Amino acid sequence: MHGPDIQWYVILSALLFSTGALGVMLRRSPLIILLSVEIMLNAANLLLIAFSRLHGREDGQIFAISVMAVAASEVVVGLGLIVALGRRNVELDVDKLRTLRG
Amino acid sequence: MANFLVWVVWFGAAFACLVSALAVVSFRNPFYSALALIGNLASLAVLFLLLSGEFVAAGQVLVYGGAVMVMFLFVIAYLGDKSEESPWSGGPSWQVVGAVLAGGAILAEVIVVVGLKAGDFLSSPHHVGRAFGSPASVGRLFLTDHLLAFEVTSIVLLVAAVGGVVLGSHARRTEEPSLESRARA
Repeated sequence: MHGPDIQWYVILSALLFSTGALGVMLRRSPLIILLSVEIMLNAANLLLIAFSRLHGREDGQIFAISVMAVAASEVVVGLGLIVALGRRNVELDVDKLRTLRG
Repeated sequence: MANFLVWVVWFGAAFACLVSALAVVSFRNPFYSALALIGNLASLAVLFLLLSGEFVAAGQVLVYGGAVMVMFLFVIAYLGDKSEESPWSGGPSWQVVGAVLAGGAILAEVIVVVGLKAGDFLSSPHHVGRAFGSPASVGRLFLTDHLLAFEVTSIVLLVAAVGGVVLGSHARRTEEPSLESRARA
């Protein structure tokens, strides 16, 4: 492999993942929490593709594409929930959303 | 020389990746956060290219940077200005301190595990041919070895689409009676 070894990718992915986790824990807007979850999923994707390259097999890339599809469906459902909340004029703050009842 | 260039590109992409991830977490306006996430996804696509994952990089830009983020921007624009306080303003609360500690713990765990346990297992990459990561070979794997994953993915997408429709129509159905009663009053 030309360029950086796998360790560099692991460290970058760990940094990205903890940044995303920080966003999930710190922010109160559900929109930004969804965006931070995307960062965490992408950190996992980076690691999957790095290890797929390390072992010279493409199975990791297949898994990364599946993760991408799961992320897309997660965004659809999450944004649907947020739009439903926004239509009821509920304040978008996860600390204040206490009931899930329809 | 080529090796040096790879390192330069890698550091540029990694730096852009981390900075835009921090920007997503710390911008007050969700619209700017979403734009920063597009930068994050694009620099990750560069890293995927360096790892010879051409098809995944293209999918990342098209599906993530294109479709998913456009949906995000539409929803943020639909909801209007929902700026909140920056998480760093107002001094350190116990929540911020706890979150930073927990994030640091995840980071330290990963680095310690990689540094202590993995060690030499990770330093012998295989040589790969030019076709590695091309659409043809990824597609062949998808339709042979990983057919089950392919089908499960399609079901997941179908369920998510149905869920999106149900959520949208449910919100409309509960909204209408309140409008009628308001008109009657």
